[in-house]
Amino acid sequence: MKTTLALASVAALAATLAFAGEEKVKLKEGPGFEKVRNNCVACHSLDYIPLNSPFLDAKGWEATVAKMQKAYGAPIKAEDVAPIAQYLAENYGKK
Amino acid sequence: MIDRRRFIAGMSLPAFAAISARASAAGKIWQPEELPEGAVETATLEAIPGKVALIKRSYRPPNFETPIDYFRDPITRNDAFFVRYHLSGIPQAVDAKTWKLKIGGDAAKQPVEFTFDQLRKEFQPEELTAVCQCSGNRRGMFQPHVQGVEWGIGAMGNARWTGVKLKDLLAKAGVADNAVEILFNGADGPAMPSTPDFVKSIPVQRAMDDNTIVAYAMNGKPLPHWNGFPARLIVAGWTGTYWMKHLTDIEVRSTPLSNFWMATAYRVPAALFTNADAFPTQLTQANKPITDIVVNSLVTSIHDGQHVKKGEMVSVAGVAWDGGRGIRDVEVSVDGGSSWVLAQLGKDLGNYSFRTFEHRFRAEGSPVVMVRAYNNRGDTQVDKLVFNPAGYHHNVIPRIKLEVA
Repeated sequence: MKTTLALASVAALAATLAFAGEEKVKLKEGPGFEKVRNNCVACHSLDYIPLNSPFLDAKGWEATVAKMQKAYGAPIKAEDVAPIAQYLAENYGKK
Repeated sequence: MIDRRRFIAGMSLPAFAAISARASAAGKIWQPEELPEGAVETATLEAIPGKVALIKRSYRPPNFETPIDYFRDPITRNDAFFVRYHLSGIPQAVDAKTWKLKIGGDAAKQPVEFTFDQLRKEFQPEELTAVCQCSGNRRGMFQPHVQGVEWGIGAMGNARWTGVKLKDLLAKAGVADNAVEILFNGADGPAMPSTPDFVKSIPVQRAMDDNTIVAYAMNGKPLPHWNGFPARLIVAGWTGTYWMKHLTDIEVRSTPLSNFWMATAYRVPAALFTNADAFPTQLTQANKPITDIVVNSLVTSIHDGQHVKKGEMVSVAGVAWDGGRGIRDVEVSVDGGSSWVLAQLGKDLGNYSFRTFEHRFRAEGSPVVMVRAYNNRGDTQVDKLVFNPAGYHHNVIPRIKLEVA
């Protein structure tokens, strides 16, 4: 189904469906975290980030953010791309 | 001693404890040691509505894995069957009374639609036991790690599906001579309109196979919501990506589908694996769609590092499966691959089903248990991972070391 649900109604679904639980996911605090939260949670819970760690390097996380934009159509502002990728590499990247 | 990395602490799990004495006694669920650290740390045991506690990989979209103990039974319980969604726009409930399955497309002779009642009453029911396995099952065990849902061994299940042969439904619409692919869409979708909806296709030839059905029952009961209520596609032998849940639309197409989910995702390098010709309209020079499930097995009775008593009889038991040729043999080695013996096979539930196996031996020395299944074509499991960037088809022969004392 081509869904045209507004974000608000998706959030309502999320609150009442089995997505309950994702509020327990706590990411590391650090520069860029707000941007990560504001952009990523529109489509998925934040546990996807630690789930995919810590094996991506900075380039790997940059490519991931690019994939979210290009393949999945995430409307991330151009100026937010670098801070998001940096936060991910810094906190969930390969050391 | 229990290695923390490999176990998830259990919560209060009455339903699970009933079938898993070992796990509940330990209060913990085994996970493969190869998983990324972050995957181990974020895994929790949680029950979503209608399910027993499963291993949570992600909350939204919901991705929940079946704990290993449930695979001791060749049929996976509906309430323990794994849950996998790509996108988070999932209907809260689908009403079977108003649900309709539409069939159309540019290579259909006429559009038709069916209600849930029509599906059940106007067609000859078909029954089939088949493994539904996520393409990325065991992705978390890849070395080096690759991105995606970092599944352990439980993104799979085996059920007895009841439904209607897809070809019987397609016959009502009429398939034109120029048809090449059949497209499937379900009631779930993306959270935002800019994300490509999850829509898949299969070749016409596969659609006409007797083992491709639109299922409305699973193990004799309605499908659980999370497994595609009220009806889903079963493409027996092929990986789960084609098994569209909450099925609403089928299109008979004269052209190949080229969306993200076909052209970019769910592909393997052209040179790897067999069955290059399984999906002829979707081949490129570089890659091809994932199709057939590779021959594989899972040992459920023992795990790496387990302590056993000297002289104790140890059971090497589990399930084996493949993409529909059927399991011919399962071989077991207890000496690290120097010698192999045939395991005893359990009841044959059909070529697309799990097949149980068991071999017993007396614990002495330093046993290294290895298991490899063969299908009726002679395909077997691999010694070394066939690496591919999306993390598909992990069927590496395990090495399970036991501590004898």
